[in-house]
Amino acid sequence: MKGRLKLAAQVSSVALVAGLFALLVWKLAAQDEGAARKLGRGEIVEAPVFRLDRLDGPGEVSLAAYRGRPVVLNFWGSWCDPCKEEAPVLESTWKRYRDRGLVVLGVDFHDVKGAARSFARENDMSYPLAYDGPGNTLSDYGVTAAPETFFIDPDGMLVCERLQGGLHLERNRARFEDCVEELLTA
Amino acid sequence: MAVVAALTVAGPAAAACPTLAGMEGEVMCPTCKTTLDQSDAPVARQIKAFIERRAEACVSEEQIKDELVGQFGPAVLAAPPREGFHWLAWLLPLGGLLTGAVVVSTLVWRWSRNRPAVKPTLESNGRPALDPDAERRLDRELARFDG
Repeated sequence: MKGRLKLAAQVSSVALVAGLFALLVWKLAAQDEGAARKLGRGEIVEAPVFRLDRLDGPGEVSLAAYRGRPVVLNFWGSWCDPCKEEAPVLESTWKRYRDRGLVVLGVDFHDVKGAARSFARENDMSYPLAYDGPGNTLSDYGVTAAPETFFIDPDGMLVCERLQGGLHLERNRARFEDCVEELLTA
Repeated sequence: MAVVAALTVAGPAAAACPTLAGMEGEVMCPTCKTTLDQSDAPVARQIKAFIERRAEACVSEEQIKDELVGQFGPAVLAAPPREGFHWLAWLLPLGGLLTGAVVVSTLVWRWSRNRPAVKPTLESNGRPALDPDAERRLDRELARFDG
């Protein structure tokens, strides 16, 4: 009886450790590496869809609602200095190409809502803005810092490349214009 | 009289106002994943400013935390709330600790029970005998003392 009890305890302990190990393996395997990395490897990637609260008014913003139109998707935060620098680039792109169907969509993340709204007002950001305080969309896209910009064609696929850093920077400016052009001709 | 009455009423309310210092160890910076008191990241500074503004308005600590959770999600709190599924985060470590204590106590008890008792060999005078090494060393020391 005592021996059987001991054996049962040993089997339970081994099963518990094996279970925890399996859980760890599953967690690592299921962890999505993010769309940006796949895009960087040249894979064809569908833009992860999301539905978020609007920052610039009541209601929600759904990425799926923009299917059929090219989208410039920009991740930003009011605490990020380069985001302030690049805001005029995004605003002028929105104003110049919206008649051709282009949508510029800003996703504000990890931000105090009031500060983000003030930032948007101060920087005359009139394009649609979504609020993702908890940063739920970041891992889907593989966003590592602000600002980052993605390009989504009318079929909802990511195209061109992910641009990291401010769009006002020399290294990003020309590439940004090329990607917008690619979107408009898609 | 009116002043005294006003102070009596205002006293407890003022004391109940939260402070940034009292809260910054309980709120996380969402980008750096540390508590606010250990972070100087821009977003942490923003959240600190938000807490200060709300604390100055004497909004309760619970209300400020609710507002932060509404914006950043439950992960903004350093400790999970004591409600619903979040209770698991409090109970599991306690359960683990108790289980560990029971297992260790049982093992120690069994080990002490099964240990063979060592009975010292007794000399003819009833005193415990020295082991051979100690006896030889004692003889050497005595011989040197006598010599």
